[in-house]
Amino acid sequence: MTLAAPVHERCEQAWAVLAHVLDPEVPALSVCDLGLVRDIEVDAAGTLAVVLTPTYSGCPATELIERQVLEAIDAAGLGPARVELRRAPAWSSDWISEEGRRKLREYGIAPPHLATSDTQPVRFVNRQALAEPAVDCPHCGSAQTTRVSAFGSTACKALYKCLSCLEPFEYFKPI
Amino acid sequence: MTASVHPRQDASAQYLLRVADTCLILGQRLSEWCGHAPIIEEDIALSNTALDLIGQARALLTHAGRSETGLSLDEDQLAFLREERHYLNVTLVELPRGDFAFTVLRNVMVATFLKLLWQRLARSSDAELAAIAGKAVKEARYHQQHAGDWVLRLADGTAESRQRTEAALAQLWRYTPELFEDDAVDEQAAASGLGPRWSELREDWLADMGQLLTEAQLSAPKDSAFRSTGKRGVHSEHLGHLLTEMQHLQRSFPGGVW
Repeated sequence: MTLAAPVHERCEQAWAVLAHVLDPEVPALSVCDLGLVRDIEVDAAGTLAVVLTPTYSGCPATELIERQVLEAIDAAGLGPARVELRRAPAWSSDWISEEGRRKLREYGIAPPHLATSDTQPVRFVNRQALAEPAVDCPHCGSAQTTRVSAFGSTACKALYKCLSCLEPFEYFKPI
Repeated sequence: MTASVHPRQDASAQYLLRVADTCLILGQRLSEWCGHAPIIEEDIALSNTALDLIGQARALLTHAGRSETGLSLDEDQLAFLREERHYLNVTLVELPRGDFAFTVLRNVMVATFLKLLWQRLARSSDAELAAIAGKAVKEARYHQQHAGDWVLRLADGTAESRQRTEAALAQLWRYTPELFEDDAVDEQAAASGLGPRWSELREDWLADMGQLLTEAQLSAPKDSAFRSTGKRGVHSEHLGHLLTEMQHLQRSFPGGVW
């Protein structure tokens, strides 16, 4: 048995384990669906290094996610492991997988539109004049929806209301 | 009572602390709104904005405090054990929270400034600073849009909301020149590629703010000779009170954790 094979296998197994570690604030999605896990490798000392990119600077779930990732790896017997935080490139909601977007919708959260460029100018205009892309209701699919609040229960979401089925829902902010 | 830390601050540490402290102190001021905002959506918005700012401050304080800068202090020591004169935030962010018009106007002023600064810092020669900035710029854009939309709404609202917005503008405007006054710290940052001279951001800041004020049919007050000096450590009377509250727990119960 070569050394390379078990290393490769250990990383594969770790990816499979993390596909079941749920985000504490959006428990419909795994940390892999959200695109938080950037890389898994084994360093020279034989420690499994899981590279995570945090979503928001102040997200209080970051430390909890780190702990849950390590616990899951340990429980699967794939340790010793450590978490490495990688800030660059910055996490974008565009990294959420197709599978993740489907799960968001099923959970009642509208998935994000594509993020705008960081250099696009911010303009202040009368809201009625602003043609924003419609956010489809995850419950009934209607495009007749309105934003209730720019911020929601967690840093990554905004609050919307469907004008067709009248249900409130959350929208994952595009960043 | 825990003894204060008295960090020796070289120019690059000072440059980082000016940004970190500006985020931290505005975050602390905004957290005062929790449970007090006029509507629940804005209560959530102000708390979320505070959380982003404190998250940015944590990353910057950790980075500024690493041994290479000569500080060798962690984020908690820097936040909770520094004295007023060692805080390098601009005076604008330490002013008491005022009413809602004052808060959203200050937020758009600071978010606009930070957005422009983060855009430049994302190209810093300091890779960690560039990484922090790459994330923070996205957050600052969202804060800027949200706060600016509110300024517009208040200016275009009732006679009362317009009058309060005008009063806030008259109070706040004179604290903004400090944002763009350079000194040796800026010169060294520009020379080393750490970040821009803050004066380089002035034109774009005035353009963004000008667009908002025009749309809101407000006009910027005339510039005065008054200059605030918070980023050089000389603060208004308000910062000491803020720090007393913010640092109380760590000073009284050293090393206390949740």
